[in-house]
Amino acid sequence: MTALLAPLLLLAAGMLALGRGVDGFDALRQGAGEGLRIMARVLPALIALLPAVWMLRASGALDALTALAAPLLERLGVPAETVPLMLLRPFSGSGALAAASEVIGHAGPDSLAGRTAAIMMGSTETTFYVIAVYFGAAGVRKTRHAIPAALCADLTGFLMAAWTARWFFGG
Amino acid sequence: MAMTVAWTLMILAAVLYGAATGHAEAVGAAAAEGALRAVELAISMGGMVCLWTGVMEVLRRCGTMDALARALRPLLGRLFPAARRDRETMQALSANVSANLLGLGNAATPAGIQAALRLKELSGTDRASNELCRLVVMNTASVQLLPTTVAALRSAAGAADAFDILPAVWISSAASVCVGLLAARLMEGRT
Repeated sequence: MTALLAPLLLLAAGMLALGRGVDGFDALRQGAGEGLRIMARVLPALIALLPAVWMLRASGALDALTALAAPLLERLGVPAETVPLMLLRPFSGSGALAAASEVIGHAGPDSLAGRTAAIMMGSTETTFYVIAVYFGAAGVRKTRHAIPAALCADLTGFLMAAWTARWFFGG
Repeated sequence: MAMTVAWTLMILAAVLYGAATGHAEAVGAAAAEGALRAVELAISMGGMVCLWTGVMEVLRRCGTMDALARALRPLLGRLFPAARRDRETMQALSANVSANLLGLGNAATPAGIQAALRLKELSGTDRASNELCRLVVMNTASVQLLPTTVAALRSAAGAADAFDILPAVWISSAASVCVGLLAARLMEGRT
C-alpha cells in the first residue's frame, strides 16, 4: 500500500503548488539542490566511517560483538546485528548511517534485522549532537535531567523499532 | 574529539582482532572496499534524498509548514505553559516542531535554537528550565512524518517497498517521544 505513497506525494505537491500559484518546479529544483549539499556534507563522513565499519566486519570483531550481545538482546527481541548501530546512533548521524547501511547490505533491506535497523534510524535522532547544539546556543550550563530523559527516549525507540518490525513483518 | 576516539577504537579493534584471528589481509581489503561503498552509497541514495528535499521544499513554499504550526499550537501551549503567553516563543516552538515533522532540518534547527534562547530568557537562569528540557528531549527523539533518508537507503539497497516501514516508524517515534517526555516529567522534581 505504501508503494503508492511516493507517486501520490509527488502528485499532491504538484497540485498544491498549482492551486496556490507557487512555482513548484523551481521549488523542487532548489530543494533538490539543498539535498545535494546535504549529501556533500555526509559523504566525507561516510568515507571516513564506512572503511572502519567494514574493517570491523572483515576482522570478525563485529561478529564477536554481535555474538556477545546476542543472548541478552534476543531475550528482548532485538536483532543482535543492530548493536553497532545502537552504539553509534546517539553520537554520530553519519556513523549510524554507515552502521545501518552495513546491516541493510548484509542482512538485506527486507530482512527482519534490515527493517529493524531502518526503523531505528527513522525513529531516533543524534541525541548528543542535538543536546550540544541547543544547550550550547542557549548558553545553558546545568542541563539537569535532559540527557537521561533523552536517553530513555532513544532506548524506547530502539526497543519499539525491534518490536514493531516483528509485529508488522513477522519473525 | 569523541568521534576521533570512537573512530580510532574501531580501527584498533579491527586491526588487533583481525591480526589475532588471521584475518589481517581481509581487513586491509575492507578499508578500500568501505571507501568504495561510501561513494556508491552516496550516489545510489543521493537521487532519492534530493527528490525528497525537493518535494519538502515545494510543500514548505505552499505554506504546509505554517498550517502545521498553527494546528500544533494548542498542543504545544499545554506542553510549554510558561511560554503560552509569549507569542514569539510559541511561534519559534511551533515552527521547530512542524519543520521536524516535515524533515526540514535546515528550518528546524534555527527555530529550535530561537525557542531555546527565549525559554532560557523566560527562566532567567543558566539552569535548564523544565520547558527547555522538554524542547531538547522532543528534538532528540525523532518526530519526522516521512523518514526520507532511511527510505532512500532502503531503496538504494533494493527494498521492494522503501516506505513499508512507515507505520512501524510512526509507532516507534511516538512511543519514544512520549517516554522521553514522561521520563523528563518524572525527573523534574529531583534535578
